Amino acid sequence: MNESPPADLPNPLPRPAREREELLRIWATPRGWRRLTAVNNTVIGIFYIGMAFLFFILAGLLGLLMRAQLAAGDSTLLSQDLYNQLFTVHGTTMMFLFAVPAMEALGVMLLPQMLAARDLPFPRLSAFAIWAYVIGGLVFFSTIFYDLAPRGGWFMYPPLTLTEFSPGDSADFWLLGIGFIEISAIAGAVEIIVGVLRTRPPGMSLDKMPIFAWSMLIFAAMIVFAFPAVILATMMLEIERSFGWPFFTAARGGDSLLWQHLFWFFGHPEVYIIFLPAAGLVSMIVPTMARTPLVGYRLIVVALIATGFFSFGLWVHHMFTTGIPALSLAFFSAASMAVAVPSGIQVFSWIATMAAGRGRFRITTPSLFVLGFLFIFTVGGLTGVMVAVVPFDFQAHDTYFVVAHFHYVLIGGMVFPLFATFYYWAPMVSRRALSERFGRWVFWLMFVGFNVTFFPMHIAGLMGMPRRVWTYPADIGWDLPNLVSTIGAFILAAGVLLFVIDLGLRFRRGKGPDNPWQAGTLEWLPNDVYSTRSIPHVTSREPLWEQPGLARDVEQGRYYLPNAPTGGRETIVTSPVDATPEYVIRMPGPGWAHFFAAVFTAACFLLLTVKVVVPAIACGVLAVLSCLVWVWQLDLGPGKGPVPIGAGISLPTYRTGPTSHSWWAMVVLMLVAASLYLAWMFSYLYLWTVSPEVWATGDSPLLPGVEWPVLSGALLLAGTGLLVVAGRGLAWTRPLRHVSPALTLIASLCLTAATIVEIFGHWTAGLRPADSAYAAMVYLGATLTGQVVITVLIMSLFAIARYAAGKLDNVRRLAFDNTALLGWYGAGQGLVGLVLVHGFPRLL
Amino acid sequence: MNGVQSVLAPRGQDAERIATLFWTMLGGGTLIMLAVAVLTALALKGDSPGRGWLRSERLVVWVGIVLPVCLLTALLAWGLFALRAGAVHSDPDALRVAVVGERWWWRVIYPGAGGRSFESANELRIPVGRTVNVELRTADVIHSFWVPSLAGKVDMIPGRTNVMSLVANATGVSRGQCAEYCGGAHALMSFHVVALNATEFESWLAHESGPAIPPADAETRLGQTLFITSGCGACHTIRGTDAAGRIGPDLTHVGGRLSLAAATMSNDAAAIGRWIRDNQHIKPQNRMPPFAIFDDRQLAALSRYLAGLK
Repeated sequence: MNESPPADLPNPLPRPAREREELLRIWATPRGWRRLTAVNNTVIGIFYIGMAFLFFILAGLLGLLMRAQLAAGDSTLLSQDLYNQLFTVHGTTMMFLFAVPAMEALGVMLLPQMLAARDLPFPRLSAFAIWAYVIGGLVFFSTIFYDLAPRGGWFMYPPLTLTEFSPGDSADFWLLGIGFIEISAIAGAVEIIVGVLRTRPPGMSLDKMPIFAWSMLIFAAMIVFAFPAVILATMMLEIERSFGWPFFTAARGGDSLLWQHLFWFFGHPEVYIIFLPAAGLVSMIVPTMARTPLVGYRLIVVALIATGFFSFGLWVHHMFTTGIPALSLAFFSAASMAVAVPSGIQVFSWIATMAAGRGRFRITTPSLFVLGFLFIFTVGGLTGVMVAVVPFDFQAHDTYFVVAHFHYVLIGGMVFPLFATFYYWAPMVSRRALSERFGRWVFWLMFVGFNVTFFPMHIAGLMGMPRRVWTYPADIGWDLPNLVSTIGAFILAAGVLLFVIDLGLRFRRGKGPDNPWQAGTLEWLPNDVYSTRSIPHVTSREPLWEQPGLARDVEQGRYYLPNAPTGGRETIVTSPVDATPEYVIRMPGPGWAHFFAAVFTAACFLLLTVKVVVPAIACGVLAVLSCLVWVWQLDLGPGKGPVPIGAGISLPTYRTGPTSHSWWAMVVLMLVAASLYLAWMFSYLYLWTVSPEVWATGDSPLLPGVEWPVLSGALLLAGTGLLVVAGRGLAWTRPLRHVSPALTLIASLCLTAATIVEIFGHWTAGLRPADSAYAAMVYLGATLTGQVVITVLIMSLFAIARYAAGKLDNVRRLAFDNTALLGWYGAGQGLVGLVLVHGFPRLL
Repeated sequence: MNGVQSVLAPRGQDAERIATLFWTMLGGGTLIMLAVAVLTALALKGDSPGRGWLRSERLVVWVGIVLPVCLLTALLAWGLFALRAGAVHSDPDALRVAVVGERWWWRVIYPGAGGRSFESANELRIPVGRTVNVELRTADVIHSFWVPSLAGKVDMIPGRTNVMSLVANATGVSRGQCAEYCGGAHALMSFHVVALNATEFESWLAHESGPAIPPADAETRLGQTLFITSGCGACHTIRGTDAAGRIGPDLTHVGGRLSLAAATMSNDAAAIGRWIRDNQHIKPQNRMPPFAIFDDRQLAALSRYLAGLK
């Protein structure tokens, strides 16, 4: 470690004076009430994880209340109605407000450090997502205090959740809460995908990436494909509750099982969305404690990808008892078992790594939580295989056996790694590490408490105790396992309480000891608000082990970008596979616009929930305006020219087109929109299979004549062509160039008109959305495309404003490029929709 | 009452097969868990003889991939074979019964003589050894029909009819319960299944399909009058009287059932009285309003009348 640094590091010593001071000034965290404007990942990441942990505590307290009620049979401690609200809010909060946000929070906090990036590529987007989540989450949770909480369970199956059986606003509060997590999860996924693929340090090719980054990449990709299904389902449920479009009402051609398909198409990947990042964290901690690289790195990457892939093929195992055909049962049973294999690969890779270490595996608090995880998760995996066997699931489904199983998988697979993470990474963000002495107590209380709570639930379930019951008869043998569970729950809670005390006593924001665990990855480089002083060139998976003197050289500023050549926040963007430097991204700093965008979005949804429509619309408009102000400050243009980053490399500070981070984010967003639309197409065809009798056929008067789709299609194609011309037009000389923004507007008006034509055609044919499931699906399809084209219209107006202000030209053209991308996507989606809606019934 | 609702105390054909499947999987799972624990302990222990093998990717490939794939394939094959357990038996001799899930009780419809069906509630009586195909429907939200000691559960879904087969292997009482959360009083939506031998079943069926026993004394006659005049018949049927409501459970032979209010309480005159006056405390949110209009004498008469409807 003491050898002198090689002479050919990118930047020479001594560094100019005041370089570090400038970095500190640029990346300084706003003080006082301006803290609300902060966007830096280390600041908002801590806040994010703190909020997620708060929801863990709150939902956990609800769990304790439920355990108190169930301690004995025929207990009347809590009322039936309150208990039904408790388990709904407990489940919803744990899944949507704790587990997913906690993992996104770790991504926001840890990824830039592990990738030695100064920040993630869209800092204000992260901050927006966090504020929307915090406000929406707190409002949702508080409904439990006012007897306004939903009573439909976290899965909210219709018809129970339709207005007929759940009148009032309580079910709408669930939809509100979920709406926010949908927004923030998608925003987070865009951030993480682009961040992992484009802001890695030079030299960190994909095969040198830390496993946590791999797992977050797959996590984000899964969100892109899974969340749209639940977004569509929640849209349908809210529309049916508010306007009576019968998606889920059997009497009018709907089907309550459609909700289950969509919900579990999201809901099962969701479990792995929670688990994969946690497995990634374990894959980081185990090698450190064993002081050796991970055994089976490539196998683990394959296992993570396979898990992500398989997890989309087993949603029906939540529906084995709905009476679906035997062939489906066999397929989904096989898929459910197959997903156990990738988990097995990871478990044995960790065991192999523990054995491979130099000397003994170090038993620290993080190690204990990892070992606890290994034990609990394996038990959960084995019971998971049991319930994947269809006949056994017929018995176990919806019983306490399943409650036990998924708490083993989720608490074992996610909460224990999270606590390992708290103890392991605390020194990175706190001046003092958490206490090892306390940590052992916390672990043992939690480990013993967990097993005492949840193991007896297997037995209660096998003795016939169903889930979601607020009471049970005292004379059928369920008292003892329930009493033991309740005692265990309080032991578990004591462990968590001790952790909170430890946190209160020792956690202080600031720089902690450098690399206290002697880990090998980049987050343990010396760092400050600006992340690392310079951005290293990476040549291995454990750079701190393999590249002697790296920490010192990075800290002295001898690697890339030791300064701030553009005078603002920036980081290096590298190519997605082999991480060669491509350009320097200029990132926005603190601001109010994204904060108000989140506040007004929250206010809009909330007011809609309690049906105060006019103020809700006002807030919606303010939210859009805040977004416009926010993006107005972006797209800084090429004004700063190329800048040197060291080693004689000079990088541009502006990029458009397929290599820019902006283009990548748009593509991810389009994938989200496409998944949403695919979910709609699935629903359309699915409902047809259930209720062909309500479908229009080729000669039905309810199907508009061919002239309607032809006109609509022609308008979509016209819009597409005009956007191409408008793009070329930006290169024309003035005054001809002025045509370009006008064409952009006309193009988006064509797209809008196409959607109106589509809706109007069905309306004139006499079809009304509340008539039947068919009608509802037709109008929903047009609504989805309408959503996209309205956005395109707003974006084209924005582009015109940029043009008028001299901020849009042939080089500085992100505002136009993004409008055109979304416009083309919208036109494509519209065309596909026309073919399905007007073509399919003519085949019948 | 222990074991009356237990997966592990099977009294039916399907439940027995599934119990065997469970015990086998439990044994296998325990062995795997022990193996993982031993391997982990060896890995942590440091210098042990097998450590060279433990530390390589060979461990991952053989124990993490090859072994689970073999075991899971075998289990899947068995699961699919045993899956016939869940299939509907196409037995020509099968008894066909319909059960309709309602918030929060069970409407049971038996086939009667001459194709005329008749109703009962919250209790299913079946003959031992004979296949009973149960048609499952719902009147409102999703419910799930589950008698753990006889077979697995099948959901009752709006707009659909699911069918499941039950075969009881021994006479006796089993307890069932709604397994899909259906709002409100979901926890208090249970029922009993009584397996009888063939002759007992036939004579019970013949009696059950007939009209109610007429009241025999002054008090029960008063009870019947109160039942008719107080509007109880708007929701309940008592065959042989003017009461022909279809909203609530058929009470023609209510006194002969094992329980009240979907296996929420015992069944005697005192319990019936408490139910009529105070049902919203006994079973919150149930769809019957509490009737506080009766004085003690009237309530006793009404309760005795109903309890006598054996």
